[in-house]
This record gives sequence, C-alpha cells and structure tokens, in this order.
Amino acid sequence: MTSSKNMQVTIGDLTLKNPIMPASGAFGPEMEQALDFDRLGAIVPKSITKFPQPGNAKPRVCETNGGMINSIGIQSKGVEHFLSHTIPAFEKYQSPIIASVSAESIEEFVDVSATLANQASIRGLELNISCPNLKGDGKAFGMDATITRELISQVREVTTKPIIAKLTPNVTSIQDIAIAAEQGGADGLNVANTMLAMAIDVDTRKPLIGNVMGGFSGPAVKPIIVRMIYQVAQVSSLPIIGCGGVMSGRDAIEMMIAGASAVQVGTASFINPTALTDILTEIEEYMEQNEIIEIEELIGSIII
Amino acid sequence: MQRHLANVLSNKQVSSRYWHMVVDSTNLNKTVNPGQFFQVRCADTYFPFLRRPLSVYRINENTIEFLYLVKGQGTSAMTKIQAGHSLDMMGPVGEGFRLDRSAQNILLVARGVGVATLAAVAQAAYRQGVKSYAIMSARSRDDLLAIEFLEDYGAEVFIVTEDEGTSDVENVKRIIKEDICATTVIDAIYTCGSRRLSKLSQSIANELHIPGEIALEEHMGCGMGACFSCVCDIREGDTTKSVRVCTEGPVFPLDKVVME
Ligand SMILES: Cc1cc2nc3c(=O)[nH]c(=O)nc-3n(C[C@H](O)[C@H](O)[C@H](O)COP(=O)(O)OP(=O)(O)OC[C@H]3O[C@@H](n4cnc5c(N)ncnc54)[C@H](O)[C@@H]3O)c2cc1C
Ligand SMILES: Cc1cc2nc3c(=O)[nH]c(=O)nc-3n(C[C@H](O)[C@H](O)[C@H](O)COP(=O)(O)O)c2cc1C
Ligand code: FES
Repeated sequence: MTSSKNMQVTIGDLTLKNPIMPASGAFGPEMEQALDFDRLGAIVPKSITKFPQPGNAKPRVCETNGGMINSIGIQSKGVEHFLSHTIPAFEKYQSPIIASVSAESIEEFVDVSATLANQASIRGLELNISCPNLKGDGKAFGMDATITRELISQVREVTTKPIIAKLTPNVTSIQDIAIAAEQGGADGLNVANTMLAMAIDVDTRKPLIGNVMGGFSGPAVKPIIVRMIYQVAQVSSLPIIGCGGVMSGRDAIEMMIAGASAVQVGTASFINPTALTDILTEIEEYMEQNEIIEIEELIGSIII
Repeated sequence: MQRHLANVLSNKQVSSRYWHMVVDSTNLNKTVNPGQFFQVRCADTYFPFLRRPLSVYRINENTIEFLYLVKGQGTSAMTKIQAGHSLDMMGPVGEGFRLDRSAQNILLVARGVGVATLAAVAQAAYRQGVKSYAIMSARSRDDLLAIEFLEDYGAEVFIVTEDEGTSDVENVKRIIKEDICATTVIDAIYTCGSRRLSKLSQSIANELHIPGEIALEEHMGCGMGACFSCVCDIREGDTTKSVRVCTEGPVFPLDKVVME
C-alpha cells in the first residue's frame, strides 16, 4: 500500500494512527500470537473492576442468528492484578492503551479511574457505564442521564486524560445519555455496548445462557448501532467510537460515514483472529479505490 | 494459535450419529498433542456463527483426524464439507495430556464422543510402548466408536452400554477395580465425556493414589483465552481458582477439578 494515505484520527488529545481498535472483553494478550498489536489504533483491555469478581453462571455464551449473547459478568482479577500483569503485557507495544473501567458505584468508578490515570502507559479511559450484566435485571448507570452526567463529571475531576463514555443501547433515547456524558466532560462516546437479549432452547425450554439474559453482539446488531451513531452525531460534537457488529472494512467505513471517528471490533475476532488487521487492510483498499487521502474525510460524510 | 485452511481429504459418516473427518496437516507448522483442539468454522455463514471446538482424534505425520457427534446446527453443517473442500480451523489450542515417560499401563475412561479425545492418548501411549486399558461407555453398541482403532493401538477394551445394562457407575467401578487394577499397576487415569464417569475416575484415582487427567468441555466464545466464556474451577490448596478451559486446559489434573 502507498504511504500517501493518512489514517490518523483523534479522540480528545489522543491521536490514533488508525481508527481500528479491539472492543473491551473480546481481546486479550493471548491474541498476540495471531495479530500484530502494533498495527492497532489503540489497545483496549477487558473492563477492570476494583476488586476481583468471579463472573456469572454458565453457559456464559450462546449463539444466535448472526450473533451471540454473552453474560460473562466482568470476570476480573481486580485493579492491582491489572496493573501488575495486564498492563505490562500490553506496554511493549507502540499502540496506546485505553483502559476500560467497570464499577458498582460512582465512588468506585472515580477510585479506579484515578488509579489507572496515574499510569503513564494508560493513555485514555473508557468508562463502561453500560454493562447489562450488573445486578438488577441488566440495569446500568448509563441508562440514566443524571447519573451519567454526575459519574463522568466526578471522574473528570481526577484525570486530564481522555475519557470515553461507553453508552448502552438499552435506552429509550441514546441521544439524551450522549448529551449528559458530554455535559459531564467526556472526550468521546462509545456507541455502544451490547444489547440486552435472550435466547431459549425450545427443546428444553431453558434459557441458552446461565444468567437468563445477556448482551447481544455480532453482525446482527450492526444496523441498530449505525442508526445510533447517526443519531448521536446529530446532538453531540464529541468523537464517536462505533462498536457493534463490525466484521469487515466496509462495516467500519459505514460507521464512519454515519459519524464515527473510530471503530471497535469485538466478536469478529472470535470468528477470525486476524479480523482487526484484515479490516484495516480492507479500509486501506477502500481508500485506495476511492482515492481518499485523509480518512477523516469519511467521518459523518453521509449524504441524505 | 493460527488460522489454517486445511484441505479436507475425507468426511464420512461412521455411525448413526457420528462423522469422521481427515484433513491435510502438512501446512500446520506446529506439533499437535493429544487433548489439544481446534476451533473449527463449520460453515462459511453467519449461522452457525461461532467456531466449534473439536479435539484431535488421531494425529498422523501428514494428517489429523476429527471424530464428531452431529449434535446441532454447527456439526450438521460440518457434514456438508466434502473431500477437496477446505476446513477453516484455528489451532492447535490449549494444553493437552501429559503422558509420563515412565508409565507402563494407563487407564482410559471415555463416554460417548469422549473417545474422540482419548483415542489420541491411546495412540501416543502405543508409540511410547505404554499399554492402554480402556473403558468405553455408550448408549448402545451402535453408538460405540473407535474400538478397532484402540485395539490396533494394543488397548484392552471394556465395553459398557445402557442397552446391555452394564454402564452404571457401580459396574464400571467394579470393572476398574476388580478386572483391571487388581492385576495391573495402573500408572495414570485419563478421562473425558461424562460427569458421572469423571467423578468415579476422580474417586478411584484418589483412593488408589493414581495420578490422572481430565479433558473438560465448556461453551466457547473465542477459544483464545480472551473472553472468559469457558471458565471452570480448579482446586488450589484450600481455595478454588477460576481458569479458562480453552487456554489453561482443556486438560487438567483430575484431582484438582471441582466437579459440579
Ligand atoms: C475442548 C473441546 C473439545 C471437543 N471435542 C469434540 C470432539 O472431538 N468431537 C465432538 O463431537 N465434540 C467435541 N466437543 C463438543 C463440541 O464442541 C460440541 O458438540 C459442538 O460445539 C456442538 O455444536 P453444534 O452446533 O452441533 O450444537 P449446538 O448444540 O447447536 O451448539 C450450540 C452452541 O453451543 C455450544 N456447545 C454445545 N455443546 C457443547 C459442548 N459439549 N461443548 C462445548 N460447546 C458446546 C456450541 O459450540 C455452540 O456455540 C468438544 C468440546 C470442547 C470444549
Ligand atoms: C464475550 C464478550 C465480553 C465482553 N466484555 C466486555 C467488557 O468487559 N467491557 C465492555 O465494555 N464491553 C464488553 N463486551 C462488549 C464489547 O466490547 C462490544 O461492545 C460488543 O461485543 C459489540 O461489538 P461486536 O459486535 O463487535 O462484538 C463484551 C462482549 C463480548 C462478546
Ligand atoms: S473461549 Fe474465550 S476465554 Fe475460553
């Protein structure tokens, strides 16, 4: 490929060499055997909680048409283990690390964010205010605009590093939450986490996952996410990270045209371990074919 | 772990519910060990969507074989793959069985398609000059697999089935203790395929102070250690530790696995 193309995008004061990064929870150091991490726009480890937590009942994943439902439940070894083991495993790569934080209270979000933000190698924080597996039938912080604004403004006080709010699609109006996150001081919005979903085995009449409900991801969710990116782009000037159902370079470009500045890829890596870099190559090819020099031209370029 | 598009040499039905696939492994520049598995793409579609874990059944110089139970959408789709097509497989994945160099006699306890995993142990044992004793449990004689293969590897096979009323735990226990262990020093036990037989193997191994290993099955998302779908509990002293079956297993020391 020629080097005349510029794939750089920015989120807050973070410049990414390209817009493609893994989705939290669908990526780990083990994947270095299959994938060149130095090609990634950023590295996003699994969400981390303050204390170790065991995760949910099994089975934790099931398959649906064009997607999957997971109820891992943020199985986590806690922030100390994260700093001593996970971060060193990623530090050796050039790509900036964006740590994903999950917590049970605003105080805990602030606490963990402050600890992580103190680490030089952590270049940004993604606040997972959207995990549908928290106690209380899949309710999440990000379902309430007031709580979202308050949570982000409190985290804002403990760090100057870019803060990305990972929104939940399980709301009546994602625009309201996006505005609240922006008012709280977020630098970017991830649209979005998984959709609360359920699948039942008609032979046994039992739910297909242990936790009854879980988060739906994979190609089947992409049109809904594209719609949400488009909607959020109408009301917020923050950079958007599109996330949900990206399987190919064209899927990623579709999200950018809808308004995303960057794109995360999760489930696709389960099907194809080199999905992240294959997608990058496909974007390069698209740029080549369409004579696009600056990838930023694509962002929000939808013609209606 | 790498992704390979392996040439399928044959894919044939071997009994009412089971199929056998042979793929060319010459481009697989990694050794494959018994107990390891591949994450197989059953069809090039979005349904079935996720890869399916399948253990290596037999490991040969230029080929590897899979033996699979046609269970649902994924394995049904796999039966459509014909010789000459390619199989999209990721692996080898996981930690396999460890066969102690000093072992002389080993016991294999398999139920159903569990034999697909243990046959590779019998094969490795045979190559090391180790004698295998194998308990093969199934619903019926028709559902029994690979008996000839095991016998070719010098295994002494004990068949138990539901149909013949011989597969109950008490009877299997009697066979292991009276027909096998009473006359032979068993150096290790390997098991796969049934919770009841795994529990039995665990208690016999414990009672007779025989080391053992078990291959576990869990539903998998990534098969790469990234997603934490496939966890199980392993005993560590007085506590338990959550481990990933795909990367820390699927084979674990028998005495350490917390049987649910
Ligand atoms: C390490 C490992 C090795 C295995 N080796 C073999 C083998 O050599 N031969 C063989 O026949 N089977 C083996 N299995 C089981 C095999 O993976 C499942 O039977 C298969 O995934 C079922 O897929 P399906 O689409 O036909 O069935 P469905 O029931 O339609 O599957 C739906 C979903 O559930 C998952 N699932 C269902 N049953 C199991 C199971 N027992 N274990 C894990 N996931 C499951 C599937 O992967 C899929 O995501 C192994 C499982 C593991 C974990
Ligand atoms: C197995 C699994 C685990 C996940 N764990 C997390 C997590 O820890 N934190 C988080 O913010 N999102 C988590 N997610 C959601 C993904 O980051 C992503 O938002 C979602 O999968 C949609 O993208 P995809 O369709 O590309 O997979 C998880 C998704 C999957 C499939
Ligand atoms: S299947 Fe993803 S961690 Fe094991």
